[in-house]
Parts: sequence; C-alpha cells; structure tokens
Amino acid sequence: MKRALPIVIVILAVTVVLIFLGLSTGRSAGTVGVAAGTALPGFSTNASTPEQAANNFLLDVQRRNWDRAFSNVERTSDSLNEETFIQEWVGSNGGLRSFSSLERFETRPLHATDSEAQMRVRLHWSTPVGPVEDVRDFRLAHRGDAWKIIWDDAPKPNVPAQIVPVNYLRWDLVTGTAGEEWGSHNVDAPNVRIVSMNAVDSAEGAVVMGEVVNEDTIPAFVNVNATLVNGSGSTIDDESSFDKILHVLLPKQVTPYRIDFPQVSLSKVKNVRMDVKATLVPASSDPVIGVMNQKLDKDAQGHSVLHGELLNESGQTVNIPHVIASFYDNNGKVVWVADGYVEHALLPQATESFAVEIPQSLAGKVQNFHVVVNQYSLQNS
Amino acid sequence: MSWSINTACKTLSTRGIPVAAFLCSAMLGIAQDAPLRLPSHAFAGQPVSIATSGSGSATFYLSGPSSSMKRDIQLGQNIDITAKDVQSAGRYVAIICSGECSSAGFFVAPAEPASLAFLVHPSRAPVGLNDVISGVAFPFDQFHNLVLTPTMIQFQLAAKGTTPNSRAVETHSGVAWFRTNSGKSAGPLQITVSLSDVNARRVVQQVASDPCNLRIKGQRTVKGIQVETEPVRDCSGNPVPDGTIVTFTAKNGDDVSFVDAPVKQDVARATLLAKGAVVVSAASGVATGNELRIGGKE
Repeated sequence: MKRALPIVIVILAVTVVLIFLGLSTGRSAGTVGVAAGTALPGFSTNASTPEQAANNFLLDVQRRNWDRAFSNVERTSDSLNEETFIQEWVGSNGGLRSFSSLERFETRPLHATDSEAQMRVRLHWSTPVGPVEDVRDFRLAHRGDAWKIIWDDAPKPNVPAQIVPVNYLRWDLVTGTAGEEWGSHNVDAPNVRIVSMNAVDSAEGAVVMGEVVNEDTIPAFVNVNATLVNGSGSTIDDESSFDKILHVLLPKQVTPYRIDFPQVSLSKVKNVRMDVKATLVPASSDPVIGVMNQKLDKDAQGHSVLHGELLNESGQTVNIPHVIASFYDNNGKVVWVADGYVEHALLPQATESFAVEIPQSLAGKVQNFHVVVNQYSLQNS
Repeated sequence: MSWSINTACKTLSTRGIPVAAFLCSAMLGIAQDAPLRLPSHAFAGQPVSIATSGSGSATFYLSGPSSSMKRDIQLGQNIDITAKDVQSAGRYVAIICSGECSSAGFFVAPAEPASLAFLVHPSRAPVGLNDVISGVAFPFDQFHNLVLTPTMIQFQLAAKGTTPNSRAVETHSGVAWFRTNSGKSAGPLQITVSLSDVNARRVVQQVASDPCNLRIKGQRTVKGIQVETEPVRDCSGNPVPDGTIVTFTAKNGDDVSFVDAPVKQDVARATLLAKGAVVVSAASGVATGNELRIGGKE
C-alpha cells in the first residue's frame, strides 16, 4: 500500500499536466469551440487562394452564417439579394432542400489563373429521403486581396398571382355499413399487371425492374415485391419496390418499378418470384405534371444522364417531386430504372429541372425512355 | 332408425361436445337397442315427439350439431322436444338411461329456404369478355341451415336497354351457380337471384374496355402546344371512364416531352412545352393514336 501511493500521485500529476497541455494546444489550433468565430477547422479569414475561398464559403453555408457567406459572393445582378441567396441554399415552399442539411463537401480546382478560377464542388446533403449528392461548378474572381464566388444563377421567376381552375377528378372510397347483407358490397381490388420484368447485376448488387400497368377503371395503390430463390429452392432475399415506384396508379397508367438487392449476385439466383399487390384507395388525378424537353446527354463529369424539366400544370404546389425513369433498349425491353428527387418545390404553372443518371455500361443500349413523376404535397399528407 | 352408440360417441367427440361425449363413452358398455320410436321426418325449427316404451323414471339426453340437453322423463310417455331445441339441421342422438342406456339417432333436415346468400364476381367487368361474370347462390332456411335438397333457383340478368335474360339452375349440394359473358354496353348489370318469394340482388358494373382508335388534335399557342384527344372510346363505342390516363408525347429530334393527362368528360387535354417542329403522339393502355406534326412557326 505504501508503494502504491506514490505511483498513484505520479499518475494523477501526469494526467493533470496532459490535460493542461491538451487544452492549451487546442485553443491555439482553433479546434475547441467556435466562440471566437475564427477558430473553425479549415477556416481562414484571409482567402488567399480560390480553394480557401470556396472552403470558407461552404463552411459558412454549412453553418448557416448567411451574412458572411453572402459577403463573400459577387453578384452579377441586383435582383440577386441576400434573401434569394438564402432561399437558394435552404430551400423554400416545403421543398426537399428545406428538410436537408449540408453534411460535407469536397472541392476540386478545375482551372485557375491569377484573376479567376473555377472550382468543382461536390455537396453531400443529408435529407429525409437519404443522402443526396449535388455537383456544382463555382466561378471565382480575385477582387482586391480576396477571392469572391461569382453568383450568376438566374433568379427563379416569380409565380404571378392567378386563379387556376381545378376540375380534375377525385375518387373517394365508401365502405359499406356493417349491417348490410353478406356479399352485397364486395368491391374487387383493382386489376393491375406486371407487363415487364428484367433482372440485372449492378455494382451494388442485383436489381429487379420492369413496369406495372393499372388495367382497371379505378385508381390502385400498387406495390411490387420480389423474392430471389436459389437452386435448392430456398429464399435468398425478398424486397419491395419501396419508393422506386409510382404507388398510386390511375386507370391505364404505367409505372416503372425497381427492387434492389444489395450485395446479392444474380449468379446465385435460380428463380425470381414476383408479386404485385393492389388495393383500392381514394385518389386524385391532380396535379398533372408534364415532363418536358427530355434529352439523354452527358453531364459535366462525363456521366450519361437524362435531363429535362417538370411542368406543374395544376394550381397546387408540389413540395417534393420524385422522378422515376425507365430506359428501354431497341427491343422495347426495360434495361434500367433510375430515380431522383428534385430538391426544389414545383410551384403551380412553373418548371423545375431534373436529371437522372444512367450507368455508363448501359448508356449505349438505351434507345428510349419513359418518365413518371411521383409527388408529395404537404397539404395532402 | 336406431343408430350405433359407438358412432354417436364419435360424432359427439368430433363436434366438440365434451360432456355429452363423456356420458356417451361412459355408457358405451351398457348400450342396447333403444326403447325409442323416433319420427321418420324431422325439420329444423319444428317440434319433435319421441315415443318411449317401458315404465319407470329415466334420464333423457339429446345431443345435436349445436346443442345438447338432459331431462328426467317417465318411460312410456312421449318426449316432446321443442322447436327451439332442434333449430340446427343435422344428426341428433337421443339416449335414455334407466339402469342401462339405449340410444337412437335421427336426422333433422333444413326447413324451407328463407334466404339466399348470393355472391357475384367481379364487381367490375370490362365489356365484351367471355365468361367474365360469375355468380353463386346458397339457399338457407330461417335458422341459417344450408338447404341441401335440390332446388330450382332463378338467375335474372338485366342491363339497361336490353331484354332481361333469365335462367333456372338446380342446386347441387346446396349450391347453384352460373357464368356469363359481359355485354357490349357499359353500365350497371343487375343480377337477381330468386327462389319462390326469396330473392337477392347484386350489381356488376360493366365498364369500357381498352381505348380504341385514339385520335388527337393540337395547335401551338402562346403557352406551348395544346393537344387534346377526340372523345376516347373503346372498340364497342363506350366512352372510357373519366380519369383514364392518356400519355401525350412530343418529339423534336432527341428532345422528348411527356404528359400523362387524365380523361375528363371523354377528352384528355395537355400542354406540351416542346419547341420547334414536333411530332405529337398519344397512347393509352395498349392503344396508340395518330401522329400529329406541328410546325415551329405556328
């Protein structure tokens, strides 16, 4: 016991010294706390390089330090004010961006001279529908002793005040009263059919996809399930289409579906059992969303994408549009189904651009495509 | 008419009447031919009188498909079973114990049909399909016993603007059914099933089939290209239901625009934002329409 006491005292003394050293070092390196405003990791007040300027700017955006972020941009038009700048980053009208936060970002210089530079920024947003990646190119200009982000995004046109007559259809579901005669109020479930199915291996695993049509004269709530079966007849995995399907199908409407089986190789699969379930639901044919000016193209990174514009032909704001596209080969076979959420709300009578990516290996096979739009409106939820 | 008590015990056991089954089993060794005279015909909901022979007091047990009873009786007198005690059709076992037990079984038949359970499938049927509508009827008496006696049932099918079509079908094992084609015109098809003064009615909605001969017209306006279909009908001339989706497609080289527009009052309309000279087409379900070429200058 007498020997142990000095050892304990020494350990305590060393611990106290280490804690003190640690705190002192932390303060000087700016990694503890944010009170000073200059002690942020990666942040430097003097943006002497384009990389530093872009990093500072994005850190301010990430921390919603709007005044400072806005002071670091150079506007190309007076109509671009701080309010529209903030709306661009935090979203508005209940769009997906309103529920998102900038989790992290990566910057990469594309080219730079003494007076101007271009940076490619990969923004990683965390959203209620999962992580969303956004790639943007920033133009920077050297002004005085600092670099400024050039903000030349055209402001979104204001939606004029107007009256949009809505006379679309709605289906209500009336449940028969319990006292009625047995068998007198049976309303059959909608008749839906899987019109195509294709299973492929992708980088993430097996993918089962195809299309479903509502052959009935009433709306249907549809879900597709797939079960992978191996050679011995036992189930490998079963999954549903989850959000990669247009769940509410109006009469004669066709939707793509896609079911992902992560980390499953098709080489182990002997059979795929498909099951489509349809139930009767109240539905509305409003809003009608047109998919305009679609084109298969390469984006700035060289990826094959289908891009276009959504046009809200109704008078109701669509808060979170969700695009699902099926791609066909020259035989009309579905070779890929891709989806993407549009980050900004789709205002009445307004357009919003979208893009969905096609795997490089399939891009050459795609001859045709079809896009449907799922819509989530806060006033309906 | 007498019945083996062995069989009676098995019946009681399988029908989940444990007390009666226990009694029955206990008496198995002492059962003899019953001093009972049972009615030759018994019907559900009608009183039954069982004559007994001998003298002295005895205990009477009656076990049926959904009831069992016990009563002290005097041998040589009739045992009156009330209508309420024989409401369920099926085989009953009567047991009398006076020192030793005797048993006999009798069958209670369903009463006259008092109701019809009628199922029709589907609730919606596209026009012009063969054997798409089916119906099945089950006659029941007032005590919900399935009437097994072969009985003629009338099915009558009446659609608006057509002569009602009637057919008689005899029940087999308590079931009568029919199958029929859907008509050519959309609208409600009323199906009535009747048996004497008992009847039931169901309605099948005959709905338009797939669109046929889809034709579109359109013009360029300030807002874009306004396109609309001519009234969308199936191949029998029935207007397709409102809400049916028509997909309009405008192609200008590699640029493609789509709108999924619902039919309203027989016509689907949409606005397409395509620029330049475009080819507009429409499709609904399996039907495709004509192509429309709209120049860029209009």
